[in-house]
Amino acid sequence: MPSNTRSNQAHYVAPIDETPLVAIDSVKADGKPTNLWTDAWRDVRKRPMFWISSALILLIVIVALFPALFTSVDPRYCQLSLSNQGPGDGSVLGYNRQGCDIYSRIIYGTSTSLSVGLIVTFLVASLGIFFGALAGFYGGWVDAVLSRLGDIFFSIPYILAAVVIMSVLSQYASVWTISLAIGIFAWPATARVLRAEILRVKNADFVMAATAVGVTRLRILIRHVLPNSIAPVIVITTISLASAIVAEATLSFLGVGLPSSTMSWGNDISQAQVDLRTNPQTLILPSIALSVTVLSFIMLGEVARDALDPKARAQR
Amino acid sequence: MTSTVNGSDVQHTTPDGEEQPLLEIKDLKVDFTTQEGKVTAVDGVNITLYRGQSLAIVGESGSGKSTTAHAIIKLLPGSGEISGGQILLDGQDLAKSSKKEMEDIRGRKIGFVPQDPMSNLNPVWSIGFQVEEAIRANGIATGRKEVRARAIEVLKQAGLQDADRRLKQFPHQFSGGMRQRVLIGMGLAADPQLLIADEPTSALDVTVQRVILDHLESLTRELGTTLLFITHDLGLAAERAEQLVVMYKGKVVESGPSLEILQNPQHPYTQRLVAAAPSLASRRIKSTIHGQDAAAHEPGAEVGTTTDTIDLIATAEARAEAHEAAAAQPPAIVVEDLTKVFKIRGSGDFTAVDKVSFEIPKGTTTALVGESGSGKSTVAKMLLKLEDVTSGKIIVGGKDLASLTGKELFDLRSRMQPVFQDPYGSLNPLRNIGNTISEPLVTHSVGDRASRRARVFELLDQVSLPRTLVGRYPNELSGGQRQRIAIARALALKPEIVILDEAVSALDVLVQAQILRLLADLQAELDLTYLFITHDLAVVRVIADNVCVMQKGRIVEAAATDDVFENPTEQYTKDLLAAIPGANLQLGA
Repeated sequence: MPSNTRSNQAHYVAPIDETPLVAIDSVKADGKPTNLWTDAWRDVRKRPMFWISSALILLIVIVALFPALFTSVDPRYCQLSLSNQGPGDGSVLGYNRQGCDIYSRIIYGTSTSLSVGLIVTFLVASLGIFFGALAGFYGGWVDAVLSRLGDIFFSIPYILAAVVIMSVLSQYASVWTISLAIGIFAWPATARVLRAEILRVKNADFVMAATAVGVTRLRILIRHVLPNSIAPVIVITTISLASAIVAEATLSFLGVGLPSSTMSWGNDISQAQVDLRTNPQTLILPSIALSVTVLSFIMLGEVARDALDPKARAQR
Repeated sequence: MTSTVNGSDVQHTTPDGEEQPLLEIKDLKVDFTTQEGKVTAVDGVNITLYRGQSLAIVGESGSGKSTTAHAIIKLLPGSGEISGGQILLDGQDLAKSSKKEMEDIRGRKIGFVPQDPMSNLNPVWSIGFQVEEAIRANGIATGRKEVRARAIEVLKQAGLQDADRRLKQFPHQFSGGMRQRVLIGMGLAADPQLLIADEPTSALDVTVQRVILDHLESLTRELGTTLLFITHDLGLAAERAEQLVVMYKGKVVESGPSLEILQNPQHPYTQRLVAAAPSLASRRIKSTIHGQDAAAHEPGAEVGTTTDTIDLIATAEARAEAHEAAAAQPPAIVVEDLTKVFKIRGSGDFTAVDKVSFEIPKGTTTALVGESGSGKSTVAKMLLKLEDVTSGKIIVGGKDLASLTGKELFDLRSRMQPVFQDPYGSLNPLRNIGNTISEPLVTHSVGDRASRRARVFELLDQVSLPRTLVGRYPNELSGGQRQRIAIARALALKPEIVILDEAVSALDVLVQAQILRLLADLQAELDLTYLFITHDLAVVRVIADNVCVMQKGRIVEAAATDDVFENPTEQYTKDLLAAIPGANLQLGA
């Protein structure tokens, strides 16, 4: 025994019944199977922000699909005699300069904003995932070409690009063209995020194991790499839906968006500029509708980000 | 190992004349708050440490050993908090001390050496700046020149002889071993009474580990520093510390003088641990087979009677017999003059593998041993055709890999399968166990849905996992269980050859012993040929028939396992063997 040991440091053994041995590496297999998605769902369920934003989004979708459920006033029936009149007399929020019912116009404008948001998001996600996945997974010259292409698009602010495109195509202005004009320049951000994520995932051992089994490259990309890199894309897509709605409003506000005959929040805000001093609610009310919608999607995006990032989850 | 009381000559005694311990942990409890509620990570731990002693806390991952160490300096991660007990340093209760008091204690009274030298130095500041910062923070020296002089002194002390020249260099210009020296230097900069080292060498190669630990030992002895270190390696703990504390599930199950514990482990967990430690087991295999080792007759050899050890010995003997039978058949793998050159932008070529040649007889295990950067994993990747060959030949089952057509390569993949090191990276987290194991079957269009399912069940049985795991995901499994799944996947196509790339390196010793036994059983049952790639010579003894030792891309020594262990011819092999922690430990001493 080393001389350095003191008398009260003698060999101590814990009572065995206090520290019972568990079988080495025993399998715990109770409860439901869990993975990233089930864990994320379990996490998300507990967050009030998720329920608030989902309820708002659900409401917005219902309004967009069935506007007639919420108002019986025709938004196109405008009487100049009612110009800038306040609420009351069968009108919830009053009338704008043209004498149109503000509430009814907000309700009917919802579908425009939402459609632009969804179409742009679909476009951005599909282009971004396609180019990002190819660039990240195949690397080499494919990556070089696609990444430079993305850089070119990225270097032009998409609002500016959309303004230019929409001014040229002003006679074809519609929900589809405006979505295309926004989406075509907005995808590089998604592509970059996915590319970076794929670069990380493709070096994982499970990819090597699949290669060693003889799984084809394309199948590895679709089966193994993409599902493991898609989480940040979901987050960025949810948030980009919000910015697409803002972009549409911006373009309409600048007068290069949707034709004034199309009902949209952007158009309403644009037309209300002149009345800002005298009759501010004509501008503020559609702006609130816009803000609430945008905020709902951003909130959902944040909830998704927290839930899909296990590290962020552990820190909360 | 004997050592005398070092340190200050002042006697630290209590009023009634008893010697006061430097560190006394009484009934320490640490809780973590998780989503599922409070989890007790450390539960009633008692540790007494006197001046000049060295003490090691040993345990598997999750045993609470690191948490205990972090609790002493009150740097618990995340939601951890001390919920009970006392930590008395020189009579002062650290558990109750304020943030400000702790700042004074850290560095000055307690030095800390973290685990990972790679991430614990800030890459944007020079080494000199970081050491000087530590010195300034502890108020050891003031004034530019004085601080600098002390920094150089500290680094020289830590074993960096050209410290004055290296002060301006950045962490990336240092090797892992040198970085750990810097961290040790920083830990000791303020001449603390107690140095806590959390797995200080587990990220380093064995030969480097040995040098660092030797240095740490002599340095703490010189300075009279009391040393508390954390390790998962029982051999290392016993070799380096006079006091041992074995932790299991947050509790101390056994503590006392290390040799005594090793020779006469009382608690069943410690017995298991002693029996499974590969560095110690390898000695006993030798002693049992040859019956010459003195240890066999000493009381310490009693541990050999536990089941774990007997199994390992039995499998080793069984394989030795199989080995002779295999000699008649053509070898499963022949590698000739295999070379791999990586082109590095800017700095020319790097030869990772240099004219490597070896043969693996059918049904046997050949271990490829080397430290990091020796090229052993590159050899495995080339064998698996995951990496192109620069020159040389690989012949598997009589066929040259280079001449294979796409179809032939696809067929070959079904006959040669890998198992990788990282149990957390080798399974797709989003696919369930059933799909993961059956993927090779689907890819090679083997059988129909029902027969594949039956095969998955059969494989789960073979790797001793319950069939109910089929619908579950890898995140619910431990490292060892994941590695079993990886083995099941590798065996799905009934391969002849399995390439195990550090397949047990990331596992706790007990789990490691289990997996090694499983591999040995499967080999006997299915007549598998293994290429076992590892940095751990201790494991080799238990599993391999032949050993190739690699250094800097070349094979420096290749022979039967027993020959390499008993009569190593190369100096490098001798160094490697000597560096196995606990190898020099005389259990009977």
